[in-house]
Amino acid sequence: MQFLSDNSDLLWSAFLTTLSLAVVSGLCALVLGTVLAAMRVSPVPPLRGLATFYVEVFRNTPLTVVFFFLAFGIVQIDLQFPSRFLTAVAALSLYTAAFVCEALRSGINSVPAGQAEAARALGLTFGQSLRQVVLPQAFRTVVPPLGNVWIALAKNTSIAAGFAVTDLTAALQRLANANADQLLAVFAAVVAGYLVITLPSAWLIRVVETRVAIVR
Amino acid sequence: MTSQLAGGPLVQLTGVNKWFGELHVLQDIDLAIDRGEVVVVIGPSGSGKSTLCRTINRLESIQQGEIRIDGEKLPEEGKALARLRSDVGMVFQSFNLFAHKTILENVTLAPTRVRRQGKAQAEARARELLERVGVAHQADKYPAQLSGGQQQRVAIARALAMDPKVILFDEPTSALDPEMINEVLDVMTSLAREGMTMVVVTHEMGFARRAANRVVFMDGGRIVESADPETFFTAPRSDRARDFLSKILNH
Repeated sequence: MQFLSDNSDLLWSAFLTTLSLAVVSGLCALVLGTVLAAMRVSPVPPLRGLATFYVEVFRNTPLTVVFFFLAFGIVQIDLQFPSRFLTAVAALSLYTAAFVCEALRSGINSVPAGQAEAARALGLTFGQSLRQVVLPQAFRTVVPPLGNVWIALAKNTSIAAGFAVTDLTAALQRLANANADQLLAVFAAVVAGYLVITLPSAWLIRVVETRVAIVR
Repeated sequence: MTSQLAGGPLVQLTGVNKWFGELHVLQDIDLAIDRGEVVVVIGPSGSGKSTLCRTINRLESIQQGEIRIDGEKLPEEGKALARLRSDVGMVFQSFNLFAHKTILENVTLAPTRVRRQGKAQAEARARELLERVGVAHQADKYPAQLSGGQQQRVAIARALAMDPKVILFDEPTSALDPEMINEVLDVMTSLAREGMTMVVVTHEMGFARRAANRVVFMDGGRIVESADPETFFTAPRSDRARDFLSKILNH
């Protein structure tokens, strides 16, 4: 206990780093993923093709490779992110957006085709029928799969530790190396840090799920 | 109801052809519908009557020919098509009320989003229309809480809220329990009496006799016969129409 309170500053800031990585990347991925999903169901073939290409590239590339590319690969073309934190946010967002897109698309496909037809027949544009009619119903069915994506993202933030971002996993490495005798305490503290993020999420997902359920 | 000034038919299909893959579902369709006219389209299943109805607001595209609404050619995509659709009401077999919106919101959505009406104005008009179709007291419920007949009447109110030039009915009573069919047909009949231009795909021969100005009989993707109801039901010219009528009227 003494050991943990001695290092509380490091653990606390590492926890905040992990939390903000997850939240910021989660929001970016949600926005990007929604745009991609809209492209994948749009009537314009080039948009569909582009979005499909994006999803297949990022869904099938290991996250570590995405990190490598953004941290070192783009230097070759004279690009660089302003900070390591932003590099990590970019990698996590780009990667997770592919999964958000697919979760949303499955939700969009679960909305009966007649709903969009009725919207179009009333004169709503493609964007309006998506925003007003299809997506609100799609989001309700995708709360559980989106919840899974969010929890996976929260844990995927740990890859950032390998790219010089001091998150919980980086704190784990640093403390464990310096204090081999305190290994269990360090592990417990770090795991607790992740649980504090993911467990309430799981609970929140269930609440949201029941709140937004619609009668059909 | 609306101005009867402009000349020419309100809906005009010329040389329309459509294929689903190999299947030639619409073959050389020519059809002109005047303002205030009620055209009932009947025919055996698979004859292309629903497809015909859905091409008029381009829910189905066509490969050949031309469709004009009020003199204007149907645009292929985008905002121009959306604008044109806003003048063409549609009532579906499966109602297709927006499941996540209340009855009132179902009716006000398009007027506020497409016509940019104010909320209060759109709601007042929506309540008027719901009153008219007899479901005013259900305004705050969700579609799934209503019976099929009530949902279909809401769908008619939703179409009317856009003050359409013409309303397309795609088998509006086919998904209803028998005891609910008449409440929907009554609303449609009163619309017809008031001069609404209507295209109705249906199996309800009683409605066709009562409300139609013209019956169009389709078979195998073609318009086989087109006549006023009296003539069609008492003296059909084609064998196929006689055969069809003998099957549905003799019970």
